[in-house]
Amino acid sequence: MPTRYALKINGQIFSVDAEPDATLLSILREQLDLTGTKYGCGEGQCGACTVLVDGRAQRSCLTPVSAVTGKSIVTVEGLAKGDRLHPVQQAFLDEGAMQCAYCTSGMIMSAVSLLSNRENPSDADIVQFMQGNICRCGTYPRIVAAIRKASSAGKELVR
Amino acid sequence: MTRKSELAIGLEPERYELHSPVSVIFESDRRDFFKFLGAGIFVTCAASKTAALQESGKNHRRSEDHLPREIDAWLHIGENGEITVFTGKVEVGQNIRTSLSQAVAEELCVPIASVHLVMGDTELVPFDMGTFGSRTTPVMNLQLRRVSAAARDVLLGLAAKQWNRDAAQLTAAGGKVCDPSSNRSATYAELVKGQQLTQLLPPEDPLIPAAQWKVAGQPVPKVDGRDFVTGKHRYPSDYKLPDMLYGKVVRPPSFGATLISFDAHAAEQMPGVTVVRDGDFLAVAAPSSALAQKAASAIHVEWKSVPQPSSHELFDYLKNNQIAGERDSAYETGNVDKIFASSDRRLNSTFDIAYIAHAPLEPRAALAQWKGDQLTVWTGTQRPFGVRSELATAFHLPEEQVRVLMPDMGSGYGGKHTGEAALEAARLARAAKRPVKLVWTREEEFTWAYFRPAGRIEVSSAVGADGKITAWEFHNYNSGGAGIRTYYEVPNQRIQFHPVNSPLRQGSYRALAATANHFAREVHMDEMASSLKMDSLEFRLKNLKEERLRAVFEQGAKQFGWDKPRQANHGFGMGGGYEKLGYIATFAEVSLNPATKAIKVERVLTAFDCGAVVNPDGVRNQLIGANIMGIGGAIFEAIEFDNGRILNNRFSKYRVPRFRDVPRMDALLIDRKDQPSVGAGEAPILGIAPAIANAIYALTGIPLHTLPMAPALSARGYQFS
Repeated sequence: MPTRYALKINGQIFSVDAEPDATLLSILREQLDLTGTKYGCGEGQCGACTVLVDGRAQRSCLTPVSAVTGKSIVTVEGLAKGDRLHPVQQAFLDEGAMQCAYCTSGMIMSAVSLLSNRENPSDADIVQFMQGNICRCGTYPRIVAAIRKASSAGKELVR
Repeated sequence: MTRKSELAIGLEPERYELHSPVSVIFESDRRDFFKFLGAGIFVTCAASKTAALQESGKNHRRSEDHLPREIDAWLHIGENGEITVFTGKVEVGQNIRTSLSQAVAEELCVPIASVHLVMGDTELVPFDMGTFGSRTTPVMNLQLRRVSAAARDVLLGLAAKQWNRDAAQLTAAGGKVCDPSSNRSATYAELVKGQQLTQLLPPEDPLIPAAQWKVAGQPVPKVDGRDFVTGKHRYPSDYKLPDMLYGKVVRPPSFGATLISFDAHAAEQMPGVTVVRDGDFLAVAAPSSALAQKAASAIHVEWKSVPQPSSHELFDYLKNNQIAGERDSAYETGNVDKIFASSDRRLNSTFDIAYIAHAPLEPRAALAQWKGDQLTVWTGTQRPFGVRSELATAFHLPEEQVRVLMPDMGSGYGGKHTGEAALEAARLARAAKRPVKLVWTREEEFTWAYFRPAGRIEVSSAVGADGKITAWEFHNYNSGGAGIRTYYEVPNQRIQFHPVNSPLRQGSYRALAATANHFAREVHMDEMASSLKMDSLEFRLKNLKEERLRAVFEQGAKQFGWDKPRQANHGFGMGGGYEKLGYIATFAEVSLNPATKAIKVERVLTAFDCGAVVNPDGVRNQLIGANIMGIGGAIFEAIEFDNGRILNNRFSKYRVPRFRDVPRMDALLIDRKDQPSVGAGEAPILGIAPAIANAIYALTGIPLHTLPMAPALSARGYQFS
């Protein structure tokens, strides 16, 4: 039976009716029209569906909606402050770190999680943390460069 | 289109997905663009279109034979000065929305921000065969420059008339026409005000030479990049309509299985669920994707399967199942047999190339809506007009009643030339009488799309003591004819592609069989050089005349440090060639840990000449990206299948390159401003596999004759790290 859930997403409270095992990804995309979060594999292997849950990267395709009530969820749509992009978003633009960009929102969310929990990561740290995100177009070196660049933004990264 | 006509226009035989007969309706009515876009200036290369219509007469259903050879494009300048360009090309991540905008901005002398491209909407853009074959830059980019130059001439003419001056004395810059003698100027918007001018493309109109480019030739960032980093951009799988249902197809357990019987009673009881059966097509539509999944799972189906070959027997199967009588790409010169009979320096080798999957991160997706007999489908495809044709055929509709829109999608790599999801969504939408969206799962994309063809390649050669190749024989079974001809100078050659009844559905893949053919050729070249104890570069140059190919090998080698001494347990390799009008040479350095027998690709450098570079940042992105994608097919990607089932149909089972697989990557762009601009999406993928194989051969002496290489290395006790 569908249950009513209150979800805090990008600072706003949404009320949704869903089966307890419905994935956060399907709620975001189908009910809330937050389509910046992408489906790529449904098994947590590609990272396209990455969102922040209480500040940490989580695969929304494997996250049941019942597990995230009362938690703070941030999607790619919630990163910019008005017209001002988050430093990670800006760095991806500056480095041209995308081709088809279907992986980009998941990459950005993972990178935000990395940088808000770790100051000045080395390239090896970045590679290790980002290993679960696939860019089939192969823009990996630019993504590493963008994360390196964004890491210099310092305090702005901690939200 | 027919097989014959494809070959006539230069399509490679391995584009199997295009072989099924498709007819195309060429639009007969000139659309009223002024009504649609308001007054202004409208430029078209419609001469070719008119000719095509005259040729086809009243019969609208024609094959590709009757379509114009010249690519059409339309450009409109509105009363507000906004420039709208209409092209059938589509953006799939190769960055042509930006590079084509640069071409327009350059010739029309406007800031790039005032150019807007309408792409891949069959209702609004002129016919285009599709976005493949690296044709956008050599053909469409050039065409848009010509159209834009014509528009500029119209504007100069308007100003000249207004000011009573000679147009040749006026200049265009920054979206304005200026009269240097009087310092008068007028914006394009001012000049266009109240006009309704249609301009046909003049046959000869000088274009701005690449050496004088100001906007083209620059590393312009992705024009709508901000929409991608904010999640605002809508991909095909993001589209929605009010009252929309979600579709789910009930798939057979194996390829070619037929539906015997089914029981959908339980599914039909679920609220809002529609079940459709049409031949072997069985699917549901439901108000949510979760319910669609649940309903599909609740249908009990009996399928009849047919026995099929499996991957463990693949290569012998390919060799033994040729399609009799077909001899595509056969090429013969001199007398190969005579040289082989008399030569004592002969080398034979056999190469096996696995099926691989494109695995675009956005799977196939479509949203279909019927209004009466009018069908509209938003879908991810490289061939919107091809999908329109498929839909018209499938639903027995005239093509005028079908509109296909292609929002910039999550990549394709040659894998989205067909309209499966569009057909499925449209079939469900017709039954449910509501719009239906259907997004393939990753497993479906890995199973029901088409694969890059597997192949067996056999190479025989003879070489003189002086290092000149005297004879060359090359047979490709199934993988394809692209890049099959050798660019080395050999007096006696026999080169042949042998079509095979493929066990799996197969089709185009980035660079087609050029990857397999270059791998076999370039690896064989190194083994010949080795047998002569000759340096790889020296041996290639001794047998190579083509200046631009020599240049990428020589300049790449210099930048890579080919002549420098190798560190202990490090090896160098190279591989290169010519494809889709681009010249490429890739160099790789690998290392070996003697204790663990772990082999690592340390760094890669690719030298590339694609003529006058339109966007150096975009080309570098393609160059590095293609090499990284190529690492997958070179080292570990392979589709495994058994009796009509794909065994590794998920990212957890099918390994694609990830962050950790990427070595240091360098790009050397050779910007030939004196040469026409050509594409950069495909050729750069060719060099990586032979460069890595040759580096490992140089280091260990192990000849690697398979794509992927990891299983062969593993059999010798080595592994990639």
